Amino acid sequence: MSTTLAAASTATSTGEAVQFWVLGTVAVLGALGTVLMRRAVHAALCLAGTMIILAVFYLANGAYFLGMVQVVVYTGAVMMLFLFVLMLVGVSTSDTLEETIKGQRWLAVAAGLGFGVLLVGGLGNASLSTFNGLAEANAEGNVQGLARLVFTKYVFAFEITGALLVTAAVAAMVLTHRERTERRSTQREMAEKRVRENRQVPPLPAPGVYARHNAVDIPGLLPDGSPSELTVNPTLRGRGQVRDVSDEALADLAALEQRTQEYLERGERPAGNAGRDADGSGDRDKEKAK
Amino acid sequence: MNPVNYLYLAALLFTIGAAGVLVRRNAIIVFMCVELMLNASNLALVTFSRLHGNLDGQIMAFFTMVVAAAEVVVGLAIIVTFFRSRHSASVDDASLMKL
Repeated sequence: MSTTLAAASTATSTGEAVQFWVLGTVAVLGALGTVLMRRAVHAALCLAGTMIILAVFYLANGAYFLGMVQVVVYTGAVMMLFLFVLMLVGVSTSDTLEETIKGQRWLAVAAGLGFGVLLVGGLGNASLSTFNGLAEANAEGNVQGLARLVFTKYVFAFEITGALLVTAAVAAMVLTHRERTERRSTQREMAEKRVRENRQVPPLPAPGVYARHNAVDIPGLLPDGSPSELTVNPTLRGRGQVRDVSDEALADLAALEQRTQEYLERGERPAGNAGRDADGSGDRDKEKAK
Repeated sequence: MNPVNYLYLAALLFTIGAAGVLVRRNAIIVFMCVELMLNASNLALVTFSRLHGNLDGQIMAFFTMVVAAAEVVVGLAIIVTFFRSRHSASVDDASLMKL
């Protein structure tokens, strides 16, 4: 930086060059990942990496305030907002790959290449062999210099930006607000409706209540032994990851009854105790003790 | 190295973002590509500031950031509203003005 105190210089330090080539490669890879990753979450993570690298480049270019703002606002707030919306919309929704417009992808790549060639050609034509450096402008501190400009030369733009932010906040609230068209039914009304329809009159069992596991992907069994899909998380239901053990449970019950029947037929115990053989293992242990 | 290389990098990132906007059809990813383009232009503005030796370019980048924040808020609200009515975030499904 000290070398840039002169009016104009032609080259930056070697360290900055190394940093540029290493981090620039990673930034381009991140940008490509944003475009090419099929899952939106992966694309968001790639974009966050690119933004952090851009923050480092801002710092290297003497924009200390903007580098910090980039980390706080972009990777901190904007990307988190993106991830929030991804959670709302559904993480598992990946992009469809079939083209709706024929040849759209190749046309887009061709247009991108042409645009890039135009940009790079324009840059190559410009005479930019020397640069001034920010040593003089940052002399009293980057934040102080920016503040001097924001509150004098650009004060109207600054005020209008404030109005824009307020408008955006109000717009977000208006857009996402949804008016209820009907009154929310109370718990009592829902219970009465269930009784009137004579469907699912008792409350639902929790997952795994009558099953042998309490894992969340195992539906609870209704008193008649049928599984209730409603007891499983809708996400698991949507993915088709509900593990159905009701048949196993019923088969176990049948085997248990079979064993009880055989036991009773041998007639070694009075008939009154047979009804309590709900849990086979404990009774069998007692029987061994005898 | 000349700081002009930062400009080439910004041009490259901007191009990648623009191609992404054209190629992708998930509205959120399209939006992320727009953010990438905004960031690329910010990098160009910061580099211009260094080339010229004054802070005006950084002020421009600062305002771009503020506008981008406002844009993200409104855009994501639109995507959420759209998803509620269509149950899809694909830009192909936004072919009607009204449901």
